[in-house]
Amino acid sequence: MPFIFLAEQVLNGLLLGVYYLLIALGLSIIFSLGGIVNLAHGALFAVGAYLMVQIAPIVGYLPAFAISPIVVAILGMVLERLFFRRFYKADPVLSLLFTFGLAMILEQALRMAFGASPLQFNIPQFLRGQASLGDFMYPYYRIGMLAVALSVLLGLWALLHKTAFGKVVRAGIHDAEMVRALGISLSPVLTAVCGIGIGMAGLAGVLLAPITGVHPAMGHEIMTAAFVVVVIGGLGSFWGVVIAALLVGVIRGLTSFFVPPASEASLYLLMLIVLLLRPRGLMGERMERLE
Amino acid sequence: MKNENTHQLNVERRTVMGAAAAGATALAFPAILKAQSNTYKIGHLTPRTGFLGPMGEYAVMGVQLGVDEINAAGGVAGRKLELLMEDSVNPQTASSKAQRMVERDRVDILIGEISSASGLAISQVATRAQKIFMQTGCNSDDLRGKSCSRYMFHLEANNSMYVRTVGRALLRDNMVKGKRWMAFTADYAFGHDLFEKTKRFMDENGAIFVSNDMIPTDATEFSPMILKIRQQKPDLVMSNLAGNQTTNFMKQYREFNLPVPLAGADLNGASIWGAGEGSFSGLWPMIWTHQLQAPSAKAFTSAFTKRWGRPPDNQAIADYLAVKILARAINETKSTDTQTLIKFLESGVRFDVLRGREGYFRPWDHQLLFEMYTVTPVAGKPANKWDLFTTSAPVPGPNESLEVLAPSQKENACTFA
Repeated sequence: MPFIFLAEQVLNGLLLGVYYLLIALGLSIIFSLGGIVNLAHGALFAVGAYLMVQIAPIVGYLPAFAISPIVVAILGMVLERLFFRRFYKADPVLSLLFTFGLAMILEQALRMAFGASPLQFNIPQFLRGQASLGDFMYPYYRIGMLAVALSVLLGLWALLHKTAFGKVVRAGIHDAEMVRALGISLSPVLTAVCGIGIGMAGLAGVLLAPITGVHPAMGHEIMTAAFVVVVIGGLGSFWGVVIAALLVGVIRGLTSFFVPPASEASLYLLMLIVLLLRPRGLMGERMERLE
Repeated sequence: MKNENTHQLNVERRTVMGAAAAGATALAFPAILKAQSNTYKIGHLTPRTGFLGPMGEYAVMGVQLGVDEINAAGGVAGRKLELLMEDSVNPQTASSKAQRMVERDRVDILIGEISSASGLAISQVATRAQKIFMQTGCNSDDLRGKSCSRYMFHLEANNSMYVRTVGRALLRDNMVKGKRWMAFTADYAFGHDLFEKTKRFMDENGAIFVSNDMIPTDATEFSPMILKIRQQKPDLVMSNLAGNQTTNFMKQYREFNLPVPLAGADLNGASIWGAGEGSFSGLWPMIWTHQLQAPSAKAFTSAFTKRWGRPPDNQAIADYLAVKILARAINETKSTDTQTLIKFLESGVRFDVLRGREGYFRPWDHQLLFEMYTVTPVAGKPANKWDLFTTSAPVPGPNESLEVLAPSQKENACTFA
């Protein structure tokens, strides 16, 4: 098999990894800081896609592209203010149950409002077509997605590592009690983190709406992959999640190519191996709360 | 221990009291007892969630419309139809829900299903309980062959009928003989069966097989497979995918804009509409579309669109027809007895199946025979968001027997022992 074929699959796998990353990073920061495993993350991803499909015909593609993730982020902050914050100190099982229920409510609400059938939504005219470089060809839309996702990730990295806000978040992840003891309130930080994390899930929905079926259960598949990414990457580590997402994307892409029936199973095999060798994940940090 | 005893005693007492009360009621108020069982109960099971959910939604709309129309016209043999509907989820759940419908809810007939695996499970319950099961969406040939049942009637076409319908169009377009083809198949019973039928057809007609990939049913990302197609450069890609898989595959296939023609042996209206204008491509078989011009088809499309705000698809028709056929069977035999109804359905009586030609059940495998069609993308700008495709002339042609598409008794033997 010519090298170019393999290179194409690896690159495509990296792009798949970037979608997972948008979802997984949000999941990871919300869990790391608040201790909430947000099972509704996939449903909020679907909400992002539905918003896009509904808003785009009214205001145009690009404005809808900007508005939809922000609306999902605001929804995320409202959810945090009203519900999530009640669970920070509670048994994690309660927040699991709550977000599981929330996921079902959101999914059924989408089903009741828009039906179970996938909604029509396509790539806008100006993003159709392919870029080619010798034998290598790739759709413009996916290149655009990659650019958007990478900018968001760089932005998030800068926010977490170059700002005062980021310092509080990272300190809070490491030891929330100590941050509080120093007189810093984590409450507004948690609201913002939920907004960012859930907004990123909304953005992933917006990005994927033109290339996958927009239906109420569209979050299921990506959720499982995102969880695997978080577990492999290790909690609390930005780069751990980044590496894990790209690794999962590439492995999934390559198994889809070489042994398609194993494409779903490959993720779990990878997770199993990583957990056997490194129980905290690739770059998981020691977190006081979990030890 | 004490609790258990008390419990047992309670149950016994309750049973005895209940039996006594029922006896007394029967003696004192025979008319009331008759009134209670005065509806004819239909148990409807179909997947409403999961990757077949979009099709199940149309099934539900179809069966509801059918029941409402029959009831508005006075019901069956003087009785109203009563409809119980549930999400069948998966074969295990389908089986236990069918069991509950038969035993606790005392339904008179079971209708529905899309997944062949769940359909088989429901058929086993129906056969044990000696109730008719009109299945409206299971394609697997096996259900009409080695897993056939005297109690199961098939309003959906089987995989062989689909493959031969699209196969004739492919042969006509010179897309088979000497052509290299790749396949992508949904990794469960239906997909495996469809691939086998497709491969047999392609082999028999001189096509050159390149590869087949089994795709997990919850896969949403097809770019690795599409890159593979570009690398292999086949002359034709055949999809044996199912439900939401097909929508995603078509969307991404168009995104990569491969020059390789696409065809497949199974597609639903919901998948085409989900893919949308500019994403739907290829050549596909369908059992029915809302574009058919037969008077009864137009009447159904208009009633359905009025009721549900969108045109019916190929799934809606099967569940709707099941109710209509059932009603006619009861009204004509003036009986709700299962054996009498089976005899009527097996008698070769012609039904209006909302197509140009009437259809009938084959007595030996209970397959409903009807005209089928192929669909291709509409040329130019679609008139509206529903007419993204054009429907071909009926297959088989006007001078051919309806039998030519379905497997013969020799090809797919069924014994109702």
